[in-house]
Amino acid sequence: MLESIVHVCLAGLSTGMFIWLVASGLTLIFGVLGVLNFAHGSFYMLGAYFCYTLLGLMGDNFWLGLLLGPLCVCVVGFVVERYFLRYVYPLALPYQLLLTFAFVLLFDDLVKVVWGAGSIGSPTLPGLSGSIPILGRNFPVYSLFIIGVGPLVAIGMWALLEKTWWGRIIRAASSDREMASAIGVRVPALFTAVFIFGTWLGAMGGGLAVPYVGLLTPGMGESIIIDAFVVAVIGGLGSLKGAFLGALIIGLLSSFGTRFIPTFDMFLTFILMAAVLLWRPQGLFGEAA
Amino acid sequence: MKRFWTYVFIALILAGLVSIGLFAGRFVVYLSMRVLILSIFALGYNLLLGRTGLLSFGHAAFYAGGAYGLGLISIHVTTNPLLGIIVGVGLACIMALVIGFFCVRHTEIYFAMLTLAFGMMVFSLIWNLREVTGGDDGLVGIVRAPISLGFASIPITKTSHYYFFVLFCFILTVALIYLIRRSPFGLVLSGIRENDRRIEFAGLSVRNYRLAAFVISGTFAGLAGALGALLESNANPFSAHWSHSAEPILVSLIGGIQTFTGPVVGSVVFILLREIIERFTQNWMLWFGLILLIIIMGLRGGVVGGVAQLFRRKRSHVAKSGGNR
Repeated sequence: MLESIVHVCLAGLSTGMFIWLVASGLTLIFGVLGVLNFAHGSFYMLGAYFCYTLLGLMGDNFWLGLLLGPLCVCVVGFVVERYFLRYVYPLALPYQLLLTFAFVLLFDDLVKVVWGAGSIGSPTLPGLSGSIPILGRNFPVYSLFIIGVGPLVAIGMWALLEKTWWGRIIRAASSDREMASAIGVRVPALFTAVFIFGTWLGAMGGGLAVPYVGLLTPGMGESIIIDAFVVAVIGGLGSLKGAFLGALIIGLLSSFGTRFIPTFDMFLTFILMAAVLLWRPQGLFGEAA
Repeated sequence: MKRFWTYVFIALILAGLVSIGLFAGRFVVYLSMRVLILSIFALGYNLLLGRTGLLSFGHAAFYAGGAYGLGLISIHVTTNPLLGIIVGVGLACIMALVIGFFCVRHTEIYFAMLTLAFGMMVFSLIWNLREVTGGDDGLVGIVRAPISLGFASIPITKTSHYYFFVLFCFILTVALIYLIRRSPFGLVLSGIRENDRRIEFAGLSVRNYRLAAFVISGTFAGLAGALGALLESNANPFSAHWSHSAEPILVSLIGGIQTFTGPVVGSVVFILLREIIERFTQNWMLWFGLILLIIIMGLRGGVVGGVAQLFRRKRSHVAKSGGNR
């Protein structure tokens, strides 16, 4: 029993860290730009496909693919923000959400055109594939690797936002757009930069997903974006700390749910999301506004 | 004079719709029914989006409520569609009342996320409660038995017969939504969209009005769901998925969310374009993404708003040149 609980916990942690990788970019973009980006799941998907292709082109060097793939997606992110999203900031919320939704439709089908509508099996990683025994049962090494990467990303983002000059500017612009621009911050350029960075995080999540999920499908962005929404909402929209803890909760909840009450596993996630929105809209770990 | 032409226009459209049922081939009739059902869905939805200014991602749940309500009655109780439709619409209405009660506490992004959460709860229940809902298979084998009213029975088994029933429901919906929009209640709704503070200061409960709009739109979604289930003779679990909620939004946006006829025009454009694009390519979503981009970036009034603007510009041009003379 203990072993199985430990394993369920580990599986939950790795799922949670995955969602965190996607939710971190989503949360950062919402926190600074105030736009909830449906297309973030598409960036995740594009990241995965680009990495997969680069992997094939460059002779199975996963790390080089992981470095270059998300950079390609950053170009896409730049175009989306600079030439489209920028013009809808002053508009009502439905237009902003639907613009990003239009990109979901667009990218989903573009992926089908370029890579085909079927799912693609992805290669395994030499070195990180296989599994090691933990308490008498095997656990995939790559999942342990993801469990390690998640907190590293979190620490990196914390250091960037709290300790660097860039972070101070970003925090200033997110807390008061007008004031920041009054003291000389080029807010539009900063927004573009933040959006690209958020895109990179999402695409990175996708790239790391290539060996993890095993299958690349054109709809893979749509399922993860809802998970990322749930996590971002539970942690409090715009709060990175909240998103990290929220991802842990959702990861563990879904792996325990799948193990013990498979019928209501998905239901639990959404009931938690609704409950948080109703009783603590600032998020489980946010302070009351 | 203007009113006269409006009546002529309405009469022409009605004549066109009736003649589709009388003379058109099966496929055209089927497509028209899909347009009409989507119009019912979107007309109700736009009462919430266009009039009240609330963006819901959960209305697919009410559509599915209508479809599954009808399906369950049809399979377990009686095949008489009248009872099925009443139960389906009633179920959607109750669901909208309960879910709306919680959702209208928030607006903007929090409202959108709440409706998404509740909608996906309904989806997960439909997906997982296999014994009741059939899980991923959905409910299959819903028959279109004659509608018996006690004293008379109306056959709807044939596609062209069913078409007239759907048309009847569509006209009923258009009339009801028109009356609601014109009523004091409808005016309060657009007041909420423009400035909810002011409505509150006028002594009205903004929350109750929002809830009422939510329930009305959910009920029409249920009607669309019930009619859709009868048309396709099944109830599909994905009709409850959040991505299906995007359909009335897209349709309203294409037609123009600030106009009354927008959702109907949008539905025609949506179904026809999809049909045409699918003739040539599998990737109709790509084209819809592009159309959506164009509309959001440059044509925010939608098709109807764009045409109206064109007319207005022409008229003001005429007026201006008249003034110069």
